[in-house]
Amino acid sequence: MTTANVYQQRPGDDVKAETPLHHANLPSLFGKGRNNPGVTLRERKLLGHLTLRGEAHDSAFSGGVHKALGLELPVALGVVSQGELSLQWMGPDEWLLICPRGQEFALEQQLREALAGLHIQVVNVSGGQTLLELSGPSVRQVLMKSTSYDVHPDNFPVGKAVSTVFAKSQLIIRHMAEDTWELVIRRSFADYWWLWLQDASAEYGLAIAE
Amino acid sequence: MLQIFCPHCAELRSEEEFHASGQAHIPRPLDPAACTDEQWGTYMFFRDNPRGIHHELWIHAAGCRQYFNATRDTVTYEIFETYKIGEKPQVTAKPAGAVPEAAAREE
Repeated sequence: MTTANVYQQRPGDDVKAETPLHHANLPSLFGKGRNNPGVTLRERKLLGHLTLRGEAHDSAFSGGVHKALGLELPVALGVVSQGELSLQWMGPDEWLLICPRGQEFALEQQLREALAGLHIQVVNVSGGQTLLELSGPSVRQVLMKSTSYDVHPDNFPVGKAVSTVFAKSQLIIRHMAEDTWELVIRRSFADYWWLWLQDASAEYGLAIAE
Repeated sequence: MLQIFCPHCAELRSEEEFHASGQAHIPRPLDPAACTDEQWGTYMFFRDNPRGIHHELWIHAAGCRQYFNATRDTVTYEIFETYKIGEKPQVTAKPAGAVPEAAAREE
């Protein structure tokens, strides 16, 4: 029996929700910019983010996670995904689950049911962070300008995710497909990253996608 | 820039991702109420300041956010090893012809 206070934290669709980049009015920029942009930015807005903690070596834990999510627990610096659902290694006992908007409450309940009785933690952090997707042939150049971490494919293959120092602040870089990278950022830093990415990708051409 | 091996991420990472957190291997007294003022004060405030080999607590602050220990030469800043909390250090005296860990791993 858990005493965790589990409740639906997302208000209904009739309640106005502003994304972390609401003030930048990204929809007004859709379809503008160069014809062949080197970098395409997409705000993956208002997704569900859950932090999951538990004992990685406990087969009851890893089995329970697989039962609840259909995803295997990734090992160090890994991210696994299935459709819109992704599970990322954050530390030896911590993972980040990102799911489509509105599914986080159901997934949290599934996880708690499958992991009942174990020493675990599930926290909804959807309000605290957001996801930016960068795609295009010049994304790696933009990342190389911004971080000291080696983003060459030999060192950073698809399916790897690292939390690192980026442009004097800190975020998570995820390599999801050959030319597709994701940045998991703090909500309060969204404007800073937006300004930084505009500046860093200006020379390659930046487009905003829906 | 220094490259430090994080034992949890299992790879070399840039020094700017880490913070040092002082001397390692300081056990908290099991029964603080039974300590004399001197014992508690020694535990609380007094730290070694050696010249040479020093075992230190570090945190991978911008990465996996885990603490780990490092054996470092306070004179040359060579880091000989990093190891998880609870493990014993392999290097306790300055090895002859010692090679810093980052250089050893790159070879």
